Amino acid sequence: MSDLFPLWTHRLPRQLLVGGLLLATSVTAGVWYYFTPKYTRAGYQPLQPVPFSHATHVGQLGMDCRYCHDGVERSAFANLPASATCMNCHNQVLKDDPRLAPVRDNVLTGRPLAWVRVHRLPDYVYFNHAVHARRGVSCDRCHGPIQNTDETAVAEPLSMSFCLDCHRNPAPNLRPAAEVFNVNWRPTSAAQQLADGQRFVREWDVKRLDNCAACHR
Amino acid sequence: MTMRVFLAILVLLVVVVLSVAGFRGGFSRRPPIELFNDMTRQPKIHPQSASDFFADGLAARPPVPGTVARDGAWADTPLNTGRITGTTNFAALNPRPLTAELIARGRERFTIFCQPCHGPLADGRGITAQYGLVIVANLHDPRIVRLTDGEIFDTITHGKNNMAAYGASITVTDRWAIIAYLRVLQLSQLGTADDRPAGPSAAPTK
Repeated sequence: MSDLFPLWTHRLPRQLLVGGLLLATSVTAGVWYYFTPKYTRAGYQPLQPVPFSHATHVGQLGMDCRYCHDGVERSAFANLPASATCMNCHNQVLKDDPRLAPVRDNVLTGRPLAWVRVHRLPDYVYFNHAVHARRGVSCDRCHGPIQNTDETAVAEPLSMSFCLDCHRNPAPNLRPAAEVFNVNWRPTSAAQQLADGQRFVREWDVKRLDNCAACHR
Repeated sequence: MTMRVFLAILVLLVVVVLSVAGFRGGFSRRPPIELFNDMTRQPKIHPQSASDFFADGLAARPPVPGTVARDGAWADTPLNTGRITGTTNFAALNPRPLTAELIARGRERFTIFCQPCHGPLADGRGITAQYGLVIVANLHDPRIVRLTDGEIFDTITHGKNNMAAYGASITVTDRWAIIAYLRVLQLSQLGTADDRPAGPSAAPTK
């Protein structure tokens, strides 16, 4: 009879239990860590046809976001500039630089300059840049410290919870209207930010838009 | 024994997954992974997107020549053209009422669009001068100070010499706001001792 259940089978139930738990924990941890826009979307940094650097234009030259993205206060879509906007300066600065050849080509021939879209929300989300920019949500809240980046990358997960965290509690994220496009602006203190933010919520009638139809239409 | 082998395999697996998949927010050239993307990517056209349907590759269609935007600045008025209606003469004065709000708006727009080249004082010494953009008009030049508002409007709209047209970037009303603020800047440089208000001077005296 002793051969029917050899000694190693006595440890089997405990090993199966511990092993199974470890395996399940690891798989759960893996899914939790990876199956989220914090992993799938954030950090995407595509190669662009022209190596445009926000660090040079915004960080170094101090240009305003709206010099190029001139529709951001009026339109749901924050436009890329027409190549003619680049040529305002680059008809003289770096005017024969090979890196700018696609821009010149676009201006001269009209052949599209195929920038690679970096931030791409799902098509069932209706995000409106103008509404956010005009109610004190700064560029860098979603786009990160873009004035320091040589290549544009997705800085924030832009997931549904990323949006909702702010929609449910806007006060910590609103800044004075004049500082929305100042990507170097910082609140003097967290308490000051909260006090000002709550005032902006009242004055600008900022709603706690957390119903589905606010973004999904 | 089996437990040790199992643990070793598990640890190895974790290391392999981490080294292949990396960490959250890590650098990636690959577009985001989208499982079940039939709702995420719908067959509709987004602004400034590409299209393989039209020959020029653009999804957005250029308007037919002669198209007038419903809210566009189409009427022949000084506000829209900088010229007196029915003539090619430039309007002498800003058609928008001069208010503190207009000048504040002008200051903001001037800072965005003009300051990079013309400088914060409009003296033609913007940041771009350090990068090879050297032929920039000093807007305090008597020739420019004497220009009519309408002619400055025309220059902003259509450009002049090395300066490109800004009509597409700056709305009509904002162009007039910029002109109002530019006049403030010019006035600030044209002052003489006689402009000082009467009474005790704030300036230190010796």
